[in-house]
Amino acid sequence: MNKKKVTEFIGFALLRLSIAMVGLILIIILYDIISRGAGKISWEFLTTMPKNGMTEGGILPAIVGTFIVTVITAILAVPLGMGCAIYLNEYAKDNLITRIIRMSIRNLSGVPSIVYGLFGVILFVQLMHLGTSILSSGLTLGLMTLPWTITASEEALKNVPNSYREGALALGASKWQTISTNVLPYAVPGMLTGTILGLARAAGETAPILFTGAAFYLPFLPKSLSSQFMALPYHLYIMSTQHHAIDKVRPIAYATALVLIVLVFTINLSAIALRYRLRKRRME
Amino acid sequence: MNIKIKSENFSFYYDEVKALKNVSMDIIKNKVIGIIGPSGCGKSTFLRSINRMNDLIQGARCEGTLMIDGKDIYAPDIDVVRIRRQIGMVFQKSNPFPKSIFDNVAYGLRINGVKDKDYIHHKVEKSLKDAALWSEVENRLSKSAFDLSGGQQQRLCIARALAVEPEVLLMDEPASALDPSSTLKIEELIQELKKKYTIIIVTHNMQQAARISDYTAFFMTGELLEYDITSKIFTKPSKKITEDYITGRFG
Repeated sequence: MNKKKVTEFIGFALLRLSIAMVGLILIIILYDIISRGAGKISWEFLTTMPKNGMTEGGILPAIVGTFIVTVITAILAVPLGMGCAIYLNEYAKDNLITRIIRMSIRNLSGVPSIVYGLFGVILFVQLMHLGTSILSSGLTLGLMTLPWTITASEEALKNVPNSYREGALALGASKWQTISTNVLPYAVPGMLTGTILGLARAAGETAPILFTGAAFYLPFLPKSLSSQFMALPYHLYIMSTQHHAIDKVRPIAYATALVLIVLVFTINLSAIALRYRLRKRRME
Repeated sequence: MNIKIKSENFSFYYDEVKALKNVSMDIIKNKVIGIIGPSGCGKSTFLRSINRMNDLIQGARCEGTLMIDGKDIYAPDIDVVRIRRQIGMVFQKSNPFPKSIFDNVAYGLRINGVKDKDYIHHKVEKSLKDAALWSEVENRLSKSAFDLSGGQQQRLCIARALAVEPEVLLMDEPASALDPSSTLKIEELIQELKKKYTIIIVTHNMQQAARISDYTAFFMTGELLEYDITSKIFTKPSKKITEDYITGRFG
């Protein structure tokens, strides 16, 4: 074998090894969770309240809590994020201030989630007097998700060819008409996909809800936006590290993890399905 | 003579770069004006100044006056949207929108507030006929514009521009990406269209300018070097450099 072939062989072997490692890690994690958690999952587990200090019963309030808090996150982060992205990409001049704003947004998406959690305590819980509530938690997660939605939406807008804008303007469309009729319809699939992926991440977060509204053990559903709530990621954290009968609740922890993974996976899958459908419709 | 567009000492800057230098020319109604010149000579900049598409470029500014029917296109109180409706544009690369053929042509009408369905139908049909495309698409108006060939797409863009009833049509090398038979169709179309519209066409192809235009303007390094009746430019140009360019000695 000549040198060129050997180099190529080694190169490809390393690449194959990388993908095999990643795949293996994923499979081990999924196997561990599914094998130990699947047995616990039943209709009853998904639809009843926890009982006897959470050693028995289901996880219904955590599922409902995570659902509601994610909806609040979406209500804050989706319209605001899309609006910011439209302004930045379509209206703002490319100057120093815009560049600083854009850079700050990029950096905000890298801030650790616990920082958002503590910020949420100060802003929503204390200054705005919203208390430790599902609303405070949702808003905190919304702030955390915002940089993701803005960035994803801006990328989607950038992917709309400039010739669509020029073509519409040349026909006498105003700037807003151009954006609303000839840019947004083609950017929305990408915007939604990025946004939903951001929401999926928010649904799995623990730190931002830790001090702002998530409760340890509440065997009832949240009654209003100012109620505290249970959430899947926080419940998982409690069940695996903080519970007094840690060995007894181990299966519940695994089952909770499985439900959370399935939930996040479903959200991501729906994003992909939505993008596919909207793309197909556009091509027709 | 009926002057449609008048340029007086018009200069254009991209930041500090002077892309057009004191261009003065009168464009007569219902004629085809060909603009030729080497790459980067300012011919596209001039064209895009007429319907203010250059407004979109950051750091661009202009001096002098550019008028349509005696009105200053760059006057502060002018409605840019109205100017662009009055002065249609066909781009170098055909840019159909990802909509049906029908919706592409109807787009300009709809954004201008036309709601009457019968009128839109009538206007779409008429514009497609005027753009010599109707017979090829009448059975598939609801199909995507992307299914058309390159030449058809460009004629669709012409139809789309015609639908809003402009008075002037700007064309930026409309046939540069097309095959010879599609190019021929567009050229024949231009001869038809000049009965109703004033057409200003930028072209790289000197034979094309000679074939289709009534007047020819020769631009170089941002200056209008020569502007005259096409037959004169191509047979007895008054400047040596014009002759060198049209005989292919450079450019």
